[in-house]
Amino acid sequence: MDVLIKYSDQFVSGFWVTFQLCLLSAIGALVVGTAVAVLRISPVPPLRAVGTAYVTVFRNMPLTIVMFFCAFALPTIGVNGNFLKIPLLDQLFRRLGTDLPFFRLAVIALTLYTAAFVCEALRAGINAVPAGQAEAARSLGLTFTQNLRHVVLPQAWKAAIVPLGSVIIAMIKNSALAGFFGVVGDLSSVADRLTGAGGEPIIPVFIGISIGYLIMTIPLGLLLDRIEKRRAVAR
Amino acid sequence: MRFTRLAATAAIAVLAMSAAACGGDKADKGSNGDPVAKPSFAAGTKMDTLNKAGKVTIGTKFDQPGFGLKGLDGKPAGFDVEIAKLIAAELGISADKIEWVETPSKVREEVIEQGKVDFVVATYTINDTRKQKIDFAGPYYEAGQALMVRKDDNSITGPDSLKEGSKKVCSVTGSTPAVNIEKYIKDKAAQLVLFDTYDKCRDALKNKQVDAVTTDNVILLGYVARDEASFKLAGDTFTKEPYGIGVKKGDNEFRTFINNTLEKINTDGRYKKAWDATAGKFAPAPTMPAVNRY
Repeated sequence: MDVLIKYSDQFVSGFWVTFQLCLLSAIGALVVGTAVAVLRISPVPPLRAVGTAYVTVFRNMPLTIVMFFCAFALPTIGVNGNFLKIPLLDQLFRRLGTDLPFFRLAVIALTLYTAAFVCEALRAGINAVPAGQAEAARSLGLTFTQNLRHVVLPQAWKAAIVPLGSVIIAMIKNSALAGFFGVVGDLSSVADRLTGAGGEPIIPVFIGISIGYLIMTIPLGLLLDRIEKRRAVAR
Repeated sequence: MRFTRLAATAAIAVLAMSAAACGGDKADKGSNGDPVAKPSFAAGTKMDTLNKAGKVTIGTKFDQPGFGLKGLDGKPAGFDVEIAKLIAAELGISADKIEWVETPSKVREEVIEQGKVDFVVATYTINDTRKQKIDFAGPYYEAGQALMVRKDDNSITGPDSLKEGSKKVCSVTGSTPAVNIEKYIKDKAAQLVLFDTYDKCRDALKNKQVDAVTTDNVILLGYVARDEASFKLAGDTFTKEPYGIGVKKGDNEFRTFINNTLEKINTDGRYKKAWDATAGKFAPAPTMPAVNRY
């Protein structure tokens, strides 16, 4: 167990890299996922088809393939995720602004993959809103966008928040793959470094890494439980 | 007590050497790995146990061109494999009685400690951390870390070229070279990429995502040999990586036996023959470093 203390700085820095990756991907996945969900319920058939196609592709493809595609195929066609070099944000998340694209590409991969699940969780929430609500809003003369914005999504969000939380927890665990696709210094690559070059025993190192992930996932789980309870009271 | 056993082992090793020297022309005719006619070992030693069992389990790498690479026939081939065969031969075990076990870098100490293999020949750098868990015979080869760059790139002349902070370098996750190179890097986030295989690093170098690939020179020479039009080595080696043979901690008799065997195959030319047949295809024959009998 001395390994945990001896290399605590590496564990901590690995935790921060993973944390940044997860935070950015979670934001990305929620935004993209919501957009896809709106496409899937839109009244325009071609848009619905696009949304369905997106979910079909990304929900059914293994994450490793998505990661592989983003890390190795996108750069060959000149996509290095440079649109993520957002001023100010890249001061906060330094890896967004580096010349090496792999952190940005990992964010893109995790976002695209997770967005499909976010979309489905949201859609489940939307389906939980009684049809009468949307009908009533429409009869009041609200447009599709107004309808979503003021009536459907606020209610759907409440029903969807717990499944969404599960999706994000799954995403945090999935982020461990990034260390094998060029992202240097995240939790999983710290494990690889310590057990490989460092020659440290595997079990204590993996316990340390697991603690890193648990620090992110357990509070999130507890928060979800609380939200669920509060909502139960509100009803 | 310990001393007398060692002395006995040494005496037997000398006997075995002279016995093998008599059958020397046989070894020359056949390929590397013909078993020595009838070696005999002191009862109770590892050598005796293996010799009586008539088979041996050896750990090597399955993914290192020139050293240990598993071919389509399912058998590993390379310099490490040849060295292992020669040691088995000295134990009186023929090459087809060897059971090969894949031992990637991360599991090497473990499989030795747990006794899953009898010894490990797997581009295995001798260092003090590892010596706390296992013992090393050898070294039988000394590699060194180097940098591979694109053929037309003259801006990198050695690891110091990375210090100014704009050059990007690739290596393999969890490898010693990946840790060594960090000393020469200004900003890890902006300059270092790690993949699971060197093939991906090579592709990244070719696609200009990175400016250099770093690991042991022999591995890089393998890549340069396969694509001389694209790559070259930049500068000299900047570390020393003596490759040893891993055995169970405390088994000094076996270690001495392997050390004797290494000296013997070096003297009688089988060492060079093994090199020429494998890694010799892309690197000149090395002189074997002096074995370290610590």
